[in-house]
Amino acid sequence: MNRTLPRLLMAPAVGTLFLWMIVPLVMTIYFSFIQFNLLQPDQSDFIGLENYEYFLTDPSFGAAVWNTIVLLSSVIGITVVVGTLIALLINEPLAGRGLVRILLISPFFVMPTVNALLWKNMMMNPIYGVLAQVWIFFGAEPVDWLTVHPLFSIILMVSWQWLPFATLIFMTALQSMDREQLEASRMDGANYFQQLRYLYIPHLGRSVAVVVMIELIFLLSLFAEIYTTTGGGPGDASTNVAYLIFKQALLNFDAGVASAGALFAVVLANIVGIFMIRMVGKNLDK
Amino acid sequence: MARQSTYTPAYTVRTLGAWGVALLLFFPLGWLMLTAFKTELQAIAVPPELFFTPTLENFYEVNLRSDYLQYAKNSVITSVLSTIIGLMIAAPAAYAMAFYKGKQDKNILMWMLSTKMMPAVGALVPVYVLAQKSHLLDSPVALIIVFTLSNLPIMVWMLYSQFKEIPREILEAARMDGATLWQEARLVLLPLAMGSLASTGLLTLVLAWNEAFWSLNLTAANGGTLATLIASYSSPEGLFWAKLSAASFMAIGPIVVFGWFSQKQLVQGLTFGAVK
Repeated sequence: MNRTLPRLLMAPAVGTLFLWMIVPLVMTIYFSFIQFNLLQPDQSDFIGLENYEYFLTDPSFGAAVWNTIVLLSSVIGITVVVGTLIALLINEPLAGRGLVRILLISPFFVMPTVNALLWKNMMMNPIYGVLAQVWIFFGAEPVDWLTVHPLFSIILMVSWQWLPFATLIFMTALQSMDREQLEASRMDGANYFQQLRYLYIPHLGRSVAVVVMIELIFLLSLFAEIYTTTGGGPGDASTNVAYLIFKQALLNFDAGVASAGALFAVVLANIVGIFMIRMVGKNLDK
Repeated sequence: MARQSTYTPAYTVRTLGAWGVALLLFFPLGWLMLTAFKTELQAIAVPPELFFTPTLENFYEVNLRSDYLQYAKNSVITSVLSTIIGLMIAAPAAYAMAFYKGKQDKNILMWMLSTKMMPAVGALVPVYVLAQKSHLLDSPVALIIVFTLSNLPIMVWMLYSQFKEIPREILEAARMDGATLWQEARLVLLPLAMGSLASTGLLTLVLAWNEAFWSLNLTAANGGTLATLIASYSSPEGLFWAKLSAASFMAIGPIVVFGWFSQKQLVQGLTFGAVK
């Protein structure tokens, strides 16, 4: 078969993506071996592995890696579990389902910077925030969320944003379930929990894989929420790897160290990627 | 469907539960919308005021203080153009993989997705330097290029998995009838692919509209998008919640309403055809 035409059609996509991958990568590798400060771009001496040493021994480094892992696993865990529950709840007929769907899906379209400022000011502010009012109503002491529980606050905001996405996908998957099979299982006397265990949950497997994959892609580089709320602090309490590199690059102007960090992020992303592609690849082949 | 089982106690409980959850999740957004129409004093009133005379003052203020229209224009230009360019590059590639199956297709798809795994921050320094050298800092052009490239893998994936669903026989029949490649694409494939192109375009539009990382780092007042504008309100000096809410309202309003209308298409596209 003649492969010229398909190759020609694929060339623009493959070519531009290849450049998008390789040019920054080569430049990053080069920068990571030189002394490169954005304020003094003329001084660029080769310094070997010093940038790497600096980045990896930075006291913030361990915290950033740990926070990244905690963030990813919490948000994915929360959205998958709660998303499944909500999808199951609205899968059966109920009054005003269309409107319920619209209300549920809305947070997904809210820009991350708006999401962050909305939670920071109007929800979590310890004096005027809505949560403080609720706490006072129940006679509890209001909490200064972003100072006392910075990482948890970010997890809450990000989960709020991604929960609709998970719900929407699980809901779609549930609607495609075989009605006759469900009917038959009911005839055979299966109760709701048995149906849940043997029919609903296994059916959701592939959509869980899709949700995990997409969320991993977007959450690995989570940035705007941290930038607009805590600025990574207090201390390093809410700094993730992406934010740490950003701090090195644009706040310390040290592009050399930032590049070493970026390469670390690439390695981290690839470890996650291999794991993910295995999981999803298997699921998509079916 | 049997209707007699509809109005049961379970139905009532489910309805109440679902509305409770939906209103709870929507609450922060609804609160933002309410605050946009309050005065600054009402916005920080303790306890919060639920009933008040709405004012449009904040919307005027936002326009006076910063050039809202300039940012909005940049948001529209960058998201629409990057979506259109992206579709023009992604669609042929997805078409080739879906209809001229090659041995490497799966690997190419996986490789494309892996470029998306690289965190944006990993490319920040090089892209910043390149943009600086080519005098594209603070220009929408830089954002259009970056948005197009960073959304491209997702676009190819979505289009590929949806094109795969189109029966090949239809295209083959057209070819038998002597249609040229161009005719085949325009008269047969395009009508069939409109839905896929729409859902892919919709998602890309939402992603580009909401993108903050590159907008914050590559642009300022001239090339900035609405995400940049909103971030400029994050400074701690003074509490201007009502104005912030009004600005946010104007930044997310169009895309949220747009999202409401396109949720069905979005789901179809987003699941890569893996969930039906």
